[in-house]
Amino acid sequence: MLSVIRTIWNVFLHSFRRRVTIQYPDEKPYLTPRTRGRIILSRDPDGGERCVACHLCSAVCPVDCIALQATEDENGRRYPEFFRINFSRCIFCGLCEDACPTYAIQLTPDFEMSEHNRQNLVYEKQDLLISGPGKYTGYNFWRVSGVQIEGKDKGEAENEAPPTDVYRLTP
Amino acid sequence: MISHPIASIIGILIVALSLSAFLIWVERRLLALWQDRYGPNRVGPFGLLQVLADMIKIFTKEDWIPPFADKPVFVIAPAIIMVTVLMSFAVLPVAPGIIVSDLNIGLLFFLGMSSLGVYSIVLAGWASGNKYSLLGGLRAAAQMISYEVFMGLSLMGVVLLAGTFNLTRIVEAQRGLWYVVPQFLGFVLFLIAGVAEARRLPFDLPEAEAELVAGFHSEYSGMKFGMFFVGEYLGITLISSMIAVLFLGGWNGPWLPPLAWFLIKVFAFLCFFILLRASLPRLRFDQLMSLGWKVMFPLALANLLVTGAIVLAKK
Amino acid sequence: MGTIYIDGKPYEADPQNNLLHVCLSLGFDLPYFCWHPALNSVGACRQCAIKQFKGEQDKKGKLVMACMTPASPDTRISLLDPDAVAFRAGIIEGMMLSHPHDCPVCDEGGECHLQDMTVMTGHDYRRAEFQKRTFRNQDLGPFLNHEMNRCIQCYRCVRFYRQYAGGKDLNAFSINNTVYFGRNEDGVLENEFAGNLVEVCPTGVFTDRTLKQHYTRKWDLRMAPSVCGHCGVGCNVTLGERYSLLRRVVNRFNSEVNGYFLCDRGRFAYEFVNSPNRIRTPQLDGEAISGEAAEWEFQNLTSSRDRLIGIGSPRASLEANFALRQLVGADRFFAGVESKEWTLITTMIDILKRGPARSPALNEIEHSDAVLILGEDVTNSAPRMALSLRQSVRQQPMEIAKKLQVPLWMDDAVREVVQDQRGPFFISAPFATRLDDIAAITYRAAPDDAARLGFAVAHEIDANAPPVPGLHEKMRAMARVIADALKKAKRPLVVSGPSCRSLAVVESAANVAKALCGFSQPAMLGLLTPECNSFGLALLGAHALDEAVALTGKDATVIVLENDLYRRLPLEKADALLGSAARVIVLEHLSNTTSARASLLLPAATIAESDGTLVSNEGRAQRYFSVFPHQAEVRESWRWLRKPQWSSLDDVLSDLAKEVPQLAAVVNAAPSSKFRVDGAKVPREPHRASGRTAMTANLTVVEPKPPVDPDSALSYTMEGAPLQPPGALQPFFWSPGWNSIQSVNKFQSEIGASLRTGDPGVRLIKPSGKGEYFTQIPSHFVRREREWLVIPIEHIFGTEELSQHAPAIATLAFKPYLALNASDAGSLGLANEGEELEIELGGAKHRLPAKILPDLPAGVAGIPNGLDFAFGEVFPTWRRIERVS
Repeated sequence: MLSVIRTIWNVFLHSFRRRVTIQYPDEKPYLTPRTRGRIILSRDPDGGERCVACHLCSAVCPVDCIALQATEDENGRRYPEFFRINFSRCIFCGLCEDACPTYAIQLTPDFEMSEHNRQNLVYEKQDLLISGPGKYTGYNFWRVSGVQIEGKDKGEAENEAPPTDVYRLTP
Repeated sequence: MISHPIASIIGILIVALSLSAFLIWVERRLLALWQDRYGPNRVGPFGLLQVLADMIKIFTKEDWIPPFADKPVFVIAPAIIMVTVLMSFAVLPVAPGIIVSDLNIGLLFFLGMSSLGVYSIVLAGWASGNKYSLLGGLRAAAQMISYEVFMGLSLMGVVLLAGTFNLTRIVEAQRGLWYVVPQFLGFVLFLIAGVAEARRLPFDLPEAEAELVAGFHSEYSGMKFGMFFVGEYLGITLISSMIAVLFLGGWNGPWLPPLAWFLIKVFAFLCFFILLRASLPRLRFDQLMSLGWKVMFPLALANLLVTGAIVLAKK
Repeated sequence: MGTIYIDGKPYEADPQNNLLHVCLSLGFDLPYFCWHPALNSVGACRQCAIKQFKGEQDKKGKLVMACMTPASPDTRISLLDPDAVAFRAGIIEGMMLSHPHDCPVCDEGGECHLQDMTVMTGHDYRRAEFQKRTFRNQDLGPFLNHEMNRCIQCYRCVRFYRQYAGGKDLNAFSINNTVYFGRNEDGVLENEFAGNLVEVCPTGVFTDRTLKQHYTRKWDLRMAPSVCGHCGVGCNVTLGERYSLLRRVVNRFNSEVNGYFLCDRGRFAYEFVNSPNRIRTPQLDGEAISGEAAEWEFQNLTSSRDRLIGIGSPRASLEANFALRQLVGADRFFAGVESKEWTLITTMIDILKRGPARSPALNEIEHSDAVLILGEDVTNSAPRMALSLRQSVRQQPMEIAKKLQVPLWMDDAVREVVQDQRGPFFISAPFATRLDDIAAITYRAAPDDAARLGFAVAHEIDANAPPVPGLHEKMRAMARVIADALKKAKRPLVVSGPSCRSLAVVESAANVAKALCGFSQPAMLGLLTPECNSFGLALLGAHALDEAVALTGKDATVIVLENDLYRRLPLEKADALLGSAARVIVLEHLSNTTSARASLLLPAATIAESDGTLVSNEGRAQRYFSVFPHQAEVRESWRWLRKPQWSSLDDVLSDLAKEVPQLAAVVNAAPSSKFRVDGAKVPREPHRASGRTAMTANLTVVEPKPPVDPDSALSYTMEGAPLQPPGALQPFFWSPGWNSIQSVNKFQSEIGASLRTGDPGVRLIKPSGKGEYFTQIPSHFVRREREWLVIPIEHIFGTEELSQHAPAIATLAFKPYLALNASDAGSLGLANEGEELEIELGGAKHRLPAKILPDLPAGVAGIPNGLDFAFGEVFPTWRRIERVS
């Protein structure tokens, strides 16, 4: 009985507390760079598209809101022919960023993407692709991987020996 | 000052209805205050027009009757609660002369009307054709029977002291001492019973959104839902007014005009009801029943016995 | 059977098998690379190391390779022993030393055996700080992509390519840690089974180059069980689709039919489904109309009092043919095949039904121990069968290994024992074939002479068989050698077919098989069929196409089902048939000459978008299932032709079973659409399929209702029971931890044996009598002056109609030529190959470059089967050939 009264009293005392609500949008809260908001596709330090269309983000997406199609340029560099995120389904869980082997897909602190028409929440590659490397500077998948692309011959990737001579028979 | 009853009817209707609408805003703001938030503060000054926005919304919503519902009953149920609560206001002495009908048995009329109100809930629960609604209706019936009994008994002390069922006379009888002092136990019992009667937290088991979706009004939408909503707030206002009339001397008070005193008292209790909602969790159903029958009912009887004895002894 | 102990628990195991085979059969996860169920053990990769103990007391044990250790009774082994676990992790770490950091852009990713095994052994981080070895890649043609950096030197590719498939041009080069697998120089891999390297390679060195054009991960593919429709063998395949585009074909294991391998035509011909030549809207007199309008129009045309003439197709499903037959009546239902070929097909069916010899499944062909091929270039007419035939020559020499107690799974040891010995294998064909390298005797002759050899062999086996008049002594000696070898064999096999367009050749093969059956062993008679449902159509019963020409007229409506009549009939006959009819209704999926003449053209669904049953040359009825719902106005042929009371394929099949008793068993080819696994349908999509809410979001953000499949027990989505369905419904092979095609291990009753839920298909043809000897023996082939007997030469790429619409196959299709032997060429005054010759074909003179086939008999000329201007010619035919001066 007493505890009930004490509870009521304690709640009443909250009348004199400071309010925790931040008056968004009059007052903008601070968001850390790791905040999981709008998804972008970044470019590597050389300005090339980072996404190699490996389909890992779409596979890991719990709401299946990422769809893409892989294609290759004439020199063997793979990139997405289209890359689509349906933000009306996205739950901003960030698993795509975790899964991405090339740091291409990243979540940004921008979350103000309300639309009156749901169709406008479907973002295509041109809406997603930014001009810089985003949060992760410096990394370039193609410098590490052993696949030949334009401007990087076999054996020129990091930690690679020059191509072997197939006709060599001496140990 | 004796005004025309029609004027009183219109005045009380307008005030009661707009007050209950305004109460929605008050409740949300106060709950927010006690939860360190702001509550609705965007629409109009201090968010006051939020009520208007809500009203517009509720009026323009599709009036949907589920195909599996018992249609006539489904439609009538929300009207019953509005009617019964508004009828109770008829016997409420707001200020000297501001009363619709100064019945001799005003108190009994109030008790009768508030008991009738439960039909609305039971019928709504039944007519919805939905198991959650039905459970809500059943709970309402059981709760009403249990709490009605000691609610009436708790008021008998007041009746004994005042010697009348006429609410105006009861108010006038408190000109010296408010009955909250001699009838403190009765006051507490009536307060608790009133909360239950209004189906407010911690006694909102018929609604119990955590268990029963929305209880008896799960299937209701649009204006019919609005009537339940308004009915609930009218109910709180009514109970607060009755407490003020029966225990806190109604319009009695120094310096200020009688109407002001009455409104202040009513508003204080309204706030108290909201505070209860902000602080107390819902009871379990068996706890509710055993509290009613095993604690409140004997206490009410004891209160009546002692009051009766004292009144007799004084004579 | 004996008892072995694995980590202390007893299990039953066949001592004939090795421990890896046993462990995998029992469901254990044991990593391996160089071992392959069809290629057996060589113990090269050291990945399947386990601990073996001498007895119960032995706690120390020793590491052994599971694939190289027999599962002798009372063997005690441990898979979980820390030493073995550490050893396996060490091996994989070593293999991964130079593996490039490129899984994200590797086509194998997500279905990579190396990935699976790496995860299984727990290796996750490269500790080595040395440089990675790199290789240059080769261009291996339109089918395969080569990325040597990924190689882990397991040698599976060369073992399959050289030892199993008999290829010569893929080899291991260089030495120690720089061993290179490739060709001597860039170029198309010559072998017809090179495409299997995609599945044989445990990682991404060899990947599907056609898939690369429209790459999709395995987990994103919607897949369905299907049957290859590009020859008569009926290999089981899995089709994969995404975004309504057929993405690829992979092998679907069927222990009796194709086992683990496909031919390149079957694997890469799928792209015809995506062809821009597809007919996608109905057309009325050339104007596009809606599907409803077309249906109405069709009803209108077929319910009129006009005579209906139905022309079926050996490449359409049984159901479609049956629906057409029901519509027009059996009297006016014609097989879309001209009479000579049709006679061949019906004769072959008769032989198989009446004769004593059984038509073998590919698995039985593989295990036959003496083979006689009469008049067929199997590699080009039924390619997958050639791969099985190639294995058969190992059967007799392997008896030596058995005698020496060398376990047959110990591949290198067996090969060491066998050396170059081969079982009896005889080929009689007009020209050199791709199986000549394993043949003991190759006999080059005109079709009539090939038939004479067959009759002679039959007579040598059984004196009751009709003798061959005027037989040359040399030929008799050859026949005797062949007869002796066949008589000695335990499982002799005779293979023949319609490629020579000679009834005598088929009949001589039937005589040999009958003679052998009478002798002792139940001989097998493999008869090839020209198309995927030739036997189905023959069992259904139809008249030859030529007869339809007489029936047509101003009051006739001709309905052509998935058939290009201009490939079947001479131009004037086809024109007569279609031109004189009042109306021509064509159901077709690719536009061709016939579809261009249609007054009502109905877009038909391809094998990838429809369900149906095909009867293979074995007489096996197999159901194929649509992998994706057909687009808007396209419908399955049987749906266009259906009776009003037919709502799903089940209804067609039950009517078919009622109407045609000899096809009653086709209902059992696969479970009906009512079938459920655990109360649910079988999902076509893997549970990881992605993009559901984004795939079509560019069109509308509202997600469409998933398509419903009324015709089969398969669902188009991932919704369904993730349990092993009956074999015929197996949409794909996947098992936790086994993402690659090797996961088929988990679905087999025992490694290499049938699927746990049964192999798909039912055999419709059972040998039921003794049959009669054919007595019509042709006389010796006599060449003519200045005239040549022109025979068609089958080509794996270019002959078959649909596969030519696949770009990859089209690039390898034959170039037109006219083949002569060297002396004939000389007599025409040809100096070089490539010089132009003139020949009259299809009613007009054509110039063709000459090609010298040294083995071609004198007086015989060959042109590739599939030359567009030679359609409708009834081969073999005598033609004048002249040099263009």
